[in-house]
Amino acid sequence: MKDTPLSNCERRFLLRAVQERKRLDGRQCYDYRNVRISFGADYGCCVVELGKTRVLGQVSCELVPPKPSRATEGILFVNLELSPMAAPAFEPGRQPELLVKLNRLIERCLRNSKCIDTESLCVVAGEKVWQIRVDLHLLNHDGNITDAACIAGIVALCHFRRPDVSVQGEEITVYTPEERDPVPLSIHHMPICVSFAFFQQGTYLLVDPSEREERVMDGFLVIAMNKHNEICSMQSSGGIMLLQDQILRCSKIAAVKVVEITELIQKALENDQKVRKEGGKFGFAESIPNQKITAFKMEGAAVDTKDVEEQVEEIITTADPPSEIFTQPILHTPGTAQIGEGIENAWGELEESEKEEAEDEEGETNATAFEWEKTKMEDTTVTNKAEKDEPIVLSDSEEEEVVILEPQAPPKKTRTQPNLKQENTSKKTFNKKRKKKSRSL
Amino acid sequence: AMAARGVPAEACVGQLVLPGDVLLLPAHPDEDSERLRLGAGAARRGRLLCGPGLRRSGAGLMATKCGLLRHRPAGGGGGGAFWVDSQQKRYVPVKGDHVIGIVTAKTGDLFKVDVGGSELASLSYLAFEGATKRNRPNVQVGDLIYGQFLVANKDMEPELVCIDSSGRASGMGIIGQDGFLFKVSLGLIRKLLAPKCEIIQELSQLYPFELVLGMNGRIWVKAKTVQQTLIIVNILEACEYMTAEQRKEALAKLSGT
Repeated sequence: MKDTPLSNCERRFLLRAVQERKRLDGRQCYDYRNVRISFGADYGCCVVELGKTRVLGQVSCELVPPKPSRATEGILFVNLELSPMAAPAFEPGRQPELLVKLNRLIERCLRNSKCIDTESLCVVAGEKVWQIRVDLHLLNHDGNITDAACIAGIVALCHFRRPDVSVQGEEITVYTPEERDPVPLSIHHMPICVSFAFFQQGTYLLVDPSEREERVMDGFLVIAMNKHNEICSMQSSGGIMLLQDQILRCSKIAAVKVVEITELIQKALENDQKVRKEGGKFGFAESIPNQKITAFKMEGAAVDTKDVEEQVEEIITTADPPSEIFTQPILHTPGTAQIGEGIENAWGELEESEKEEAEDEEGETNATAFEWEKTKMEDTTVTNKAEKDEPIVLSDSEEEEVVILEPQAPPKKTRTQPNLKQENTSKKTFNKKRKKKSRSL
Repeated sequence: AMAARGVPAEACVGQLVLPGDVLLLPAHPDEDSERLRLGAGAARRGRLLCGPGLRRSGAGLMATKCGLLRHRPAGGGGGGAFWVDSQQKRYVPVKGDHVIGIVTAKTGDLFKVDVGGSELASLSYLAFEGATKRNRPNVQVGDLIYGQFLVANKDMEPELVCIDSSGRASGMGIIGQDGFLFKVSLGLIRKLLAPKCEIIQELSQLYPFELVLGMNGRIWVKAKTVQQTLIIVNILEACEYMTAEQRKEALAKLSGT
């Protein structure tokens, strides 16, 4: 299928926006999009999402005879595929140029950088070595395939476990995962690719270009680096001439970004390992959020607005449409009545940070708690970050306890009075007070 | 005749229908859908319109898309109409739709325009207001065109024109040079095109801007500065997923600062 052509007005607009240092989704020039890593149930399977670009990585291994020139080393084979579901322009037989370029780049980044210890993959020198095969599939193309694919490759390799092998004389025993725990690969370092897009002959520079920006860029530079500040590979394409200090600047930026991304990868790997060890559920079914077919979610886009006093960036985010509201009376014990509890919140949930604040404040005494509420009321910043609407529980803070003093006596009626006073304030703070007041019982 | 299975259409209005669901139409024994009746009753009892997502099947309608069934009662000249409101991003050309197209090729007398469908639409250079063989419109490859479909069926390549039936442009033609084009789902476009759309009214309180909505999911926006344009682009894209209150909050924040 043919790709949608880029119209002149889009091109002009994008170039103008770059000149004014503005990006379509509100990022800064050196900002990456959100990186999300999720793991599958098998070892060595992962999905990396860089914004909307998605890459699936899968690692597998096989015992093969080694290359004659390298009899004591294992083999690493990397393969990137551009699936037709990634973009309408990708057809099964038709994108050789881009594919070859990307494949060579990823291969250089992963294989030539010797990030895996191939000597440890040798089982019997000259006869049997492990061949590690990394398959990367592009699931959605929204720009910057190289970075996403490289992260997916590294993460999959770090996550992978190969079967344990023991050699006794001439006999090689390969243990199944049930007999002996599979063994991780030995990874020396993690090379991460960072992509730069140049505009106007190198005057303007953007990190992590999205698909639209890639279409109008002049030149493209990829630097593969690890967190020890070692450059593993560098490739410049597009035919623009870069100055020395530009390349140095890019490498400095890359160093910073690589450290951040490496941290993220480590954290994701640790989390997954923890979950597996504790016997919790893991795999794609758990990590990909449960979305109803009628509930769509969009990532927040930070849009720059001038004249903003308090914040430099404004976040316009989205949320799912509110779910069905069910009200049910809540009776703690026989003899109590329901006042204000059990009613579902129809105004949207508190933002995470506000919730945390609300819970932090729970440790204060009642008197100070009331003062805090007053100040909160005054400087209410209406934030739009609402998440999925769920039936509001009384509170999920462990500190807050609802204690029924005397099961037969009705709950204290003092709660209703402050509520009446604050009726005219914004609804969000009203909600917060309701939550807080239940603690005073 | 087939055994009557299926639900009466009126009962399903506002509910979810799935492809393959048969909806029975209320039986009007004195109405013959094949013959036009003359006389006093003809003006009032028009034909029942079978809208998008539905197909006639036997005595009733069969749903071909999943979505909510909608009904417009008879009145004002035409008979009632049934259609299915479904969520879709890919556009299928329909005759009479106003769309935004991107010119991809200029061959002799014809422009090839990409409208987001399976085929490129053709646009004749004479289909502009005031165009003659000597006075050709100044259209370049990559320009944006706002036009309507003269011919759009599944057997032929669609044809676009930038004039209406009386030869006037009435807003169609080449869209200006600045501004930004982006794509949203078809459902959002229909929502924005509804009369007295709240979103457009609220946005117009922010600052002045120009807006062209194409039924093929494409929107063109132009505001005074790049920043303002980007804000509008992001709000419109997010409107798809925001509730009315969230949108009001977002706009209040923008206009308050």
